[in-house]
Amino acid sequence: MAERVFMKGTEAMAEAAVRAGCRFFAGYPITPQNEIPEYMARRLPEVGGSFVQGESEIASVNMLYGAASTGIRAMSSSSSCGISLYSEGVSYCASARIPMVYINVQRGGPGIGAIQPSQQDYNQATKASGNGGFRMIVLAPDSVQECVDMVYEAFDYAERDQNPVLILTDGVMGTMMEPVVLPPMKSDEELSKCREKFLPRAIIGHPLGQQATCRPGSVGGGQEEKNIAASKLYKSWEKDIKVEEFMMDDAEIVFAAYGISARISKVVIRELREQGIKAGMIRPITISPFPYKSFENLDFARVKGIVNVEMSIPAQMKWDVEYAVKGRCPIKEVLRSGGQLLTNNQVMDGALEFIKEVL
Amino acid sequence: MAEERKVYSRTKGILPDTVSGFCPGCMHSTVHKIVGEAAEELGQLDNLVRVEGVGCCGLGQFYVSCDETIAAHGRAGAVATGIKRSSPNSLVYTYQGDGDLAAIGLAETLSAANRGENFTVIFINNGIYGMTGGQLAPTTLVGMKSTTTPLGRKAEEHGYPLHICEIINQLTAPYYIERVSCDTPQHVIAARKAIKKAFQYQLEGRGYSIIEVVTSCPTNWGLDTLSSLNFLREKMFAEYPLGVFRDRGKETADDSSAKV
Amino acid sequence: MARVEIYTEACKSCSYCVISCPKKTLEISEKVNSKGYLYAEQVRPEDCIGCMMCAQICPDAAIEVWR
Repeated sequence: MAERVFMKGTEAMAEAAVRAGCRFFAGYPITPQNEIPEYMARRLPEVGGSFVQGESEIASVNMLYGAASTGIRAMSSSSSCGISLYSEGVSYCASARIPMVYINVQRGGPGIGAIQPSQQDYNQATKASGNGGFRMIVLAPDSVQECVDMVYEAFDYAERDQNPVLILTDGVMGTMMEPVVLPPMKSDEELSKCREKFLPRAIIGHPLGQQATCRPGSVGGGQEEKNIAASKLYKSWEKDIKVEEFMMDDAEIVFAAYGISARISKVVIRELREQGIKAGMIRPITISPFPYKSFENLDFARVKGIVNVEMSIPAQMKWDVEYAVKGRCPIKEVLRSGGQLLTNNQVMDGALEFIKEVL
Repeated sequence: MAEERKVYSRTKGILPDTVSGFCPGCMHSTVHKIVGEAAEELGQLDNLVRVEGVGCCGLGQFYVSCDETIAAHGRAGAVATGIKRSSPNSLVYTYQGDGDLAAIGLAETLSAANRGENFTVIFINNGIYGMTGGQLAPTTLVGMKSTTTPLGRKAEEHGYPLHICEIINQLTAPYYIERVSCDTPQHVIAARKAIKKAFQYQLEGRGYSIIEVVTSCPTNWGLDTLSSLNFLREKMFAEYPLGVFRDRGKETADDSSAKV
Repeated sequence: MARVEIYTEACKSCSYCVISCPKKTLEISEKVNSKGYLYAEQVRPEDCIGCMMCAQICPDAAIEVWR
């Protein structure tokens, strides 16, 4: 029973989580994600769930660790500098292979940075969200609808892999309102089915002799075996790569952008097409695993250059693009950061300047 | 003559044929034993969930028979909050040392207590960091040497010992607060009784309980096991007096009896 | 008659049982377990009253009591 409503990004994500079966949320106030905990505080009691405002981000993520270790669907959200404090708990979840979902509504950084939107947590999200070299599936939506769909499916990924999943969005997506189709509410039956796989490991009190343990490490030895198993899981994510290739059939100028930057770039690409410039875009939807192949397999006889658009200075996703392009064409950076929004004009100006050089 | 009967058995709360990893004379072992016994007496061994802190507490993961997870250092109060709220029928306890509970985890400890979360905290206070090699703890006595206060704890530089039961007793929500020890058989029996009572209160949904166990650390105190008992009684009990700080259950019972 | 059974492999020679026995029936023996600890032994079993003080104090749950 799909339902079309007009909703703010943060609240839509919260509602999507509830519909996906999330029954525990812990979070700490930080702009610009406050509407997620606020919504959850109202909504979770209606469905028999539990909301806790933690005394800090550290406490909140560890509450999430505890709740998710019982096998229920649990979520948290924060923003940039708050997410830094999540490192500990996320790494523990990854090590103990506890399925959970969390959202980063990015703001400017580093440090306390700025409360306005940015995309400055790309490397942290995709490369090192905590100690120990673990990896996660990281989803990067470019609309409120995608925010909703991604939150809804993130729990499935988390349970399938018994690993944390991160939604990396930003203050634009979080605060804007758009029409969205909300997914159906999962039934208790569906949810108990979701829980089955984790149940033998769930920390809920098992009969003697069937002890369940959730260990975020291996003091007694065996950590390498756990790391090898996790590494195999990370390699299996090749099949989960999602990428949007926009107007790429004949593109000579390729935009590389994710999330809000991709959305702005799309407008510019359409305008460039009107001017007769063959522009297109590769938009990573999963930024981890990253769609390297989409860039590796470009026809560099045709593609003259890449415009890397990000709300981060210095550029971050560009590392991944460069890794795939391997110097076969020039890459132009169009960047803003520190809470400063990219505008269509700025992206257009940057692109045109570059086009003059390469075309 | 009556038939011979076993009157004291090793609890099923700890794994059979397993030797704990704790040092000789370490009361971590004792507390593991009596937690198991208390839960067994309540018929709760199949329902018991342990959230353990980091440090020597972690050795318990290879010793207990119940479901268990390890919280990040100091975060057991937060992890137990998540577990208890998501699985309210489980009997949940945290098992934490003084470094874990009173230093790195002080915020989580006080906040869980202040919310009156319905779980039980077992707090082992031996005045020192054990696992990492005898560093200064918030509970280290003034004058006591540690590897990071080689000349002894100086009040003017390191402050004074932190009294957790007394601090938690300032909060309104906690239901039961008691400080016990395990230095004599009588104290062990009293400590088990306190833990059992705290578990009982949790099962009745009464809210937050903390049982602080003042213990020795012969290894890092640099004393043999019997001398460590003397130090415990003479110095530690002087700083950390044993007793019930609050027992709302008893207060209620007293009130009702007064009415009758 | 009361008696105790000591799981000698778990004994770490702390002597808490020795000092807790009201009838002084226990002593640390000269025998060594596989971990290298001299373990406790009941040397005067005839005096044991089965009061369980040794079992209560034993950190390592190494003592069981019959009576």
